[in-house]
Amino acid sequence: MVMLAPNQQQTEKLIYERPHSLEEVYTHYCPGCTHGIAHRLIAEVIDELDIQERTILVAPVGCAVFAYNYFAFDSAEAAHGRAPAMATGIKRVNPDSIVFTYQGDGDLASIGIAEAIHAASRGEQLTVIFINNAIYGMTGGQMAPTSLLGQVTTSSPTGRDAQATGQPMRIAEMMAGLPGVVYSVRRSLHDARHVIQAKQAIKTAFEAQMQGLGFSIVELLSSCPTNWGMSPADAVHWVRDEMIPVYPLGDYKVAEALQNKRGRN
Amino acid sequence: MAKELLKGNVAIAEAAVRAGCEAYFGYPITPQTELLEHMSKRMPELGRVFLQAESEVAAVNMVYGAASAGVRVMTSSSSPGISLMQEGFSYIAGSEVPAVVVDVMRGGPGLGNIQPSQADYNQVVKQAGHGDFHPIVLAPSTIQESIDMMVLSFDLAEKYRTLVFMVLDGAIGQMMEPAELPPMREMNEKRPSWALTGQSKRRLNGRLPDKNVVTSIHLGGDELNAFNEKLQAKLAQITANEVRYEESYIEDAEIIVVAFGTAGRVAGTAVKNLRQANVPVGLFRPITLWPFPEKRLAHLAERAKAFLVVEMNAGQMLHDVREAVGCQAPVEFLGRMGGLLPFTNDIEKEVQTIWRRSEVLALHQQN
Ligand SMILES: Cc1ncc(C[n+]2csc(CCOP(=O)(O)OP(=O)(O)O)c2C)c(N)n1
Ligand code: SF4
Ligand SMILES: [Mg+2]
Repeated sequence: MVMLAPNQQQTEKLIYERPHSLEEVYTHYCPGCTHGIAHRLIAEVIDELDIQERTILVAPVGCAVFAYNYFAFDSAEAAHGRAPAMATGIKRVNPDSIVFTYQGDGDLASIGIAEAIHAASRGEQLTVIFINNAIYGMTGGQMAPTSLLGQVTTSSPTGRDAQATGQPMRIAEMMAGLPGVVYSVRRSLHDARHVIQAKQAIKTAFEAQMQGLGFSIVELLSSCPTNWGMSPADAVHWVRDEMIPVYPLGDYKVAEALQNKRGRN
Repeated sequence: MAKELLKGNVAIAEAAVRAGCEAYFGYPITPQTELLEHMSKRMPELGRVFLQAESEVAAVNMVYGAASAGVRVMTSSSSPGISLMQEGFSYIAGSEVPAVVVDVMRGGPGLGNIQPSQADYNQVVKQAGHGDFHPIVLAPSTIQESIDMMVLSFDLAEKYRTLVFMVLDGAIGQMMEPAELPPMREMNEKRPSWALTGQSKRRLNGRLPDKNVVTSIHLGGDELNAFNEKLQAKLAQITANEVRYEESYIEDAEIIVVAFGTAGRVAGTAVKNLRQANVPVGLFRPITLWPFPEKRLAHLAERAKAFLVVEMNAGQMLHDVREAVGCQAPVEFLGRMGGLLPFTNDIEKEVQTIWRRSEVLALHQQN
């Protein structure tokens, strides 16, 4: 390769840069946590769809509580589990904006399940990015409705027991059963190939909202090395080997108007 | 505009519409439901937002969302629903967005009943949610006053970026009386500079503005302390500017009846009757329950011989009156619970007893 003189450097091709929709700040996420990957994918999609200026985020209570510091667009911070209701209020009075919630599994599947189901059932023009890491990350690793059977957490010290606490909740499947939902899929963030597939799904979910089709949700299987007590590498392997069998990846609902996009997956 | 015969809840809803309310979110509960029903008809007619939420929890968070987007927004409910909304009230206060709530109070605790009550005084005035804040609380006693205060509620909410409550009891919500509605206001399409609209809506000369964030989190101790200091300063400003009350026969009153809302209205009749019997009694009716007219009461206590607080609860405002009056005069209480109104003759009897006692006391002091 020929070395470039300083005045020739503009001929270099930029192949990777920070999306405009991400702020130039460090995040507070633990090393190896896939929350950060999810953020980047959302920001790339919003840039590509050129909707940064009309996007409004509703952040959750959970590890992503400060998501509004990382995204470079208007944002609100909701009460725990109430993001879909708050987002409903925002979207109803700003119908031409793009409103999405970013919620963990404690936030969406436990304390906020009513708000999530009813926003979905009304077919609110919202997009939900649902981070399923099978645990309450922010509060230090308690059991979530999505924790796996036998999973040891700080509030299920002998492992999750179906007799006492039921089975893991499958949100993508559940949402698919609601008429207001036009797009409900599950993806995973455990390796590069799956990350690319996740990005495509996020894009389709936002496109569904841009076309005014209804409620869209992307469930992302995500790692929490800190509270799972694993290295980042072991944690993504755990997603692949333990979570995916319980939470099969796939498209649970894709409205007809979005079907042509599936080829890109 | 001429007076018409109006039902309380409907009149209030229509007043909100005319005050420029752009979005309403609520959940059915007696004795407030006609308000929601009226909104379900009127708001879509005018191209504004009406949504029946899945719960009061959702309703208050929808209000929080729309308030964050900078529109005039309200909800209405009754006591059990207000309990459910408390988390949302605290977030609204913590992020300083304006919103209006109508509470048509009913009997409690628990499911209680659906009759008129004032037992939400503490949960609205004292602790409308976790943390250090107070909403402005307006307590009208007639349908006309409720209409006027509905308009005022939106103005105060916007002026101070605060939560404003209008509290009524089921009696005002359910009764009918002649009243005059305000004219329809011009809608203010312009959103405040802090509102969540999407950045493109705030572009000025082509320049992309900074993003807006609505949040109530301040993780650092100093940071949260500073926010609270700022909030308290605002509350102090509201206290200095917005105290409201009504007085009758107060100049020469030796006994002062203190009552708000429907209890205030009933007490007004009792006071009038007592004056005809030459008892030197007056009525003090707080209109703002927060900020409470404590200075005026303390001033009146310098010469009044006794106070009687009348409430449709076990004695909640009573404590605020006692604090204002201090040891300057005795403060007695007459309360009815169970969703029952106080009777004028009960109030009259109680005042007569206090009056005779203070006369006797005065005689003793002379001897
Ligand atoms: C009303 C209320 N209850 C409980 C909490 C405490 N809390 C904060 S985050 C959280 C769980 C978050 O877990 P999840 O939604 O799975 O997000 P993660 O941190 O795993 O990304 C809880 C219980 C709270 N802030 N508010
Ligand atoms: S606690 Fe878990 S979910 Fe939260 S930032 Fe750390 S690794 Fe991520
Ligand atoms: Mg979680």
